[in-house]
Amino acid sequence: MAKFNLKINGKNHEVDVDPSTPMLWVLRDHLKLIGTKYGCGIAQCGSCTIHLNGLAVRSCMLMVSAIGNQEVTTIEGLSENGDHPVQKAWLKVDVPQCGYCQAGQIMTAAALLEQNPNPSDSEIEMAMNGNICRCGTYTRIKKAVQLAATDTNS
Amino acid sequence: MTLIRTKIGRRAFIKNTSLAGGGLVLGFNILSSCKPEQAKEMASIEMPKEWFEINSYLKIGDNGLVTIYTPNPEFGQNIRTSMPMLIAEELDVDWKSVIVEQAPYHAEKYGFQFTGGSQGIRRRWEPLRMAGASARQMLQEAAAQSWQVPIEEITAEGGVLVHETSNQSAGYGEMASVAAKLPVPDEVELKEVKDFKIIGESHKNVDAKSIVTGKPMFGSDYQKEGMLIAMVEHPPAFGMTLESVDVTAAKAMPGIKDVVTIKSFKDGFEKGGFDTNAFPELVAIVGNSTWEVMQAKKQLKVKWKPITGYSETVNGFRGKETKNIPAGLESTETHKAKMEELAGKAGKIVRKDGKPEAAFKNAAKILERSYSAPYLAHNSMEPLNAFAHVVGDKVKIAAPVQIPSLIVPTIASSLGILAENIEMEIPRMGGGFGRKAYAHYVVEAALISQKVNAPVKLLYTREDDMTNGIYRPTYHATYRAALDENNNLMALHVKAGGIPESPLFANRFPAGALDNYLAEEWSIDSNISIGAFRAPRSNFMAGAEQAFLDELAETLGKDPIEFRLDLLKRAKKDPVGEQNDYDAERYAGVLELLHEKAAWGQDNGNVHRGISAYFCHNSYAAHVLDLTIENGKPVVQNVCCAIDCGIVVNPDAAKNMAEGAIIDGIGNAFFGELTFKDGIPQKNNFDQYQMIRMADAPKEIDVHFVQNEIAPTGMGEPPFPPIFGALANALYQATGLRHYQQPFVSDRPPLVG
Ligand code: FES
Ligand code: FES
Repeated sequence: MAKFNLKINGKNHEVDVDPSTPMLWVLRDHLKLIGTKYGCGIAQCGSCTIHLNGLAVRSCMLMVSAIGNQEVTTIEGLSENGDHPVQKAWLKVDVPQCGYCQAGQIMTAAALLEQNPNPSDSEIEMAMNGNICRCGTYTRIKKAVQLAATDTNS
Repeated sequence: MTLIRTKIGRRAFIKNTSLAGGGLVLGFNILSSCKPEQAKEMASIEMPKEWFEINSYLKIGDNGLVTIYTPNPEFGQNIRTSMPMLIAEELDVDWKSVIVEQAPYHAEKYGFQFTGGSQGIRRRWEPLRMAGASARQMLQEAAAQSWQVPIEEITAEGGVLVHETSNQSAGYGEMASVAAKLPVPDEVELKEVKDFKIIGESHKNVDAKSIVTGKPMFGSDYQKEGMLIAMVEHPPAFGMTLESVDVTAAKAMPGIKDVVTIKSFKDGFEKGGFDTNAFPELVAIVGNSTWEVMQAKKQLKVKWKPITGYSETVNGFRGKETKNIPAGLESTETHKAKMEELAGKAGKIVRKDGKPEAAFKNAAKILERSYSAPYLAHNSMEPLNAFAHVVGDKVKIAAPVQIPSLIVPTIASSLGILAENIEMEIPRMGGGFGRKAYAHYVVEAALISQKVNAPVKLLYTREDDMTNGIYRPTYHATYRAALDENNNLMALHVKAGGIPESPLFANRFPAGALDNYLAEEWSIDSNISIGAFRAPRSNFMAGAEQAFLDELAETLGKDPIEFRLDLLKRAKKDPVGEQNDYDAERYAGVLELLHEKAAWGQDNGNVHRGISAYFCHNSYAAHVLDLTIENGKPVVQNVCCAIDCGIVVNPDAAKNMAEGAIIDGIGNAFFGELTFKDGIPQKNNFDQYQMIRMADAPKEIDVHFVQNEIAPTGMGEPPFPPIFGALANALYQATGLRHYQQPFVSDRPPLVG
């Protein structure tokens, strides 16, 4: 066990956990930030996507000891009122089916638009390809990312 | 208005007895830690000071706000929106003043809370509208009594009661306290389709905001003070069971509370149809946190032993059936050989029309093709999980389950408690696809809680989820067509089988359209557990049948849509046999709509088109799939889809579901496959089990509904089966190669050249 001071969603959190614990479980079990989901545990599905200094990372294979001072953002902290352009676009397109993969999809999409505010279709496909949606909402996800990009740029 | 007698009687709208006569009703406790966020988000709308329960499905606040308890478990069909829409329509209330809450499992109040078989809306179509209509009538009655005027003169619309002649009006909230004390009427009036204001208009997913902001809502999100985390270890191979376990090392790991063994069934328990469970004896490991339990799980030293073969009686939807579970460690290689062997022998004749044998004997030409498909794992994004807290002879459960009522007898028997002592909340499921109809994991969580005497959340790892499957079976089908010297179709013969069940639907199209028809089936026993997977059996038969019809149309020199329409014309005009379980006119209707919407027959340059149609779950679906070859790889450009599922309650949500079914089908047709070696599933996570991702999904999907006034039929499943055929047929157009074995993309030689 070891103590870690983590900067998550703009707040400091102290946890006392095994240093090898993946951030996913620190978030879900210890900090009760359960918006980040477990889907595979091996960085294959993207359900657990969070931002580390603004970049999309898979929290299921990211050890808490590797975080240090870096800023962590989870779906709960993406926006105060659920009004990030990506979230707004998601609501407009009414993307979700079961909803389980959606937080991860949104975090990946938000990081993409941060890096590349005007992605082409194939850039969207490339960035989103690490996120599985078992319900098959891909066409809507793509539309929502395109819409968020237009909204951000206008 | 249509006068409809409430056939299901007052019990369907039972009130909370403790609250009979109205009064303040406290909101149901949905997830103790997950209060419905929706209410908070409606901050702009003032919450009522008092709620009045009108019936078990709804309560009305003194300010007119309505809370609707939606009865069925949700796993992505958006029934948490469309079911309340049915109630709100007949209640005649503004959709904006509706709050939706999930009803807990309660058979007496909410009937059969079953989400599966595309039956949700179909079975609830009348009862839920009656729940709304009876509440509206009680409000009208309350106004009639208050104003001393005849009830017939009171209109109720948009949440307002009006008596025109006396110029009186009141909001539903004002009459709710009086209405709540009235008896539930015996008869109610339901609206005519043309008067619908909510049904048939697209309404956004009521949970979308909670989903996109990451609110707790899934079973695996459940939290409770003092809750422990549990995982189970099941045998590595089908055909194995627990022998013994050395728990010392695991128990010594940090954060671990206990390691126990559990047995899911009491000896002599008569299983129901959804009690499928290949691994009833398990080792469970319980600790403080998920990561600690995962680590300790690796330290378990378990000895497994081979099972002995047995027979069991299962009492399911089809009545009592005997199932044989053989011993042994099975492999895909031997499965394939056995299937080939049985496919080559005579099967059990299920239907015979005319003289098919003679037609084949006299045929000038016979077209014969065989199709096969592997086992599939459901792979819902949310792995199996369940919360259970046993206290004495009672248990509280919160678990993602498709059919809560059907696991109740098992829980009661296994725990040794009374069924009425089981309380169950039904949180949103992160996918189900049939898998979560088999709720053995709930029994496991309850047994673990009982043993460790604490609230427990059982979580399957992805590997546990994939390797303890209740899989889509592996199937095989051979189609034969007899042609005369003038290239006329004289007879059709289908022989289908699988492990451990046959996928055949002998009475579906093209049965009924042919004078000479023969349908045979066979099956092979197995100890690999199988169960419902989105459109069971249809999900294989549609692909095989529609690929064969495509090849047959080509052999006959006919356009594939015209060919099907000709057969349907015959089936309508002069059907062969009496058991045909499809409506030829509706079937033709989707094909005609598709023909128009997809602009069938036009030259699309380098786009290759495949067409397919199918009837299942009381609905009709047809697709045209457009494919191009880019850098030697098939790319699905567009899918145009036509569906006849009767009245579409929430059109945009229904389109979302059709899009999902199409993508799911393309993914499984391209990549879906689980193989076995010595009983061991050969894939256990997404690095090995290929799932469809965005880049492989169609660029566009275009969904059209046949407009009619038929009561709603299935929607979640029907668009899924035919897409397999549409893809196979488009691939043929693109590559010149017919694809007979799923998955179409695999380690076999590449698709193109
Ligand atoms: S859970 Fe992290 S990528 Fe799947
Ligand atoms: S919405 Fe269900 S997995 Fe994506």
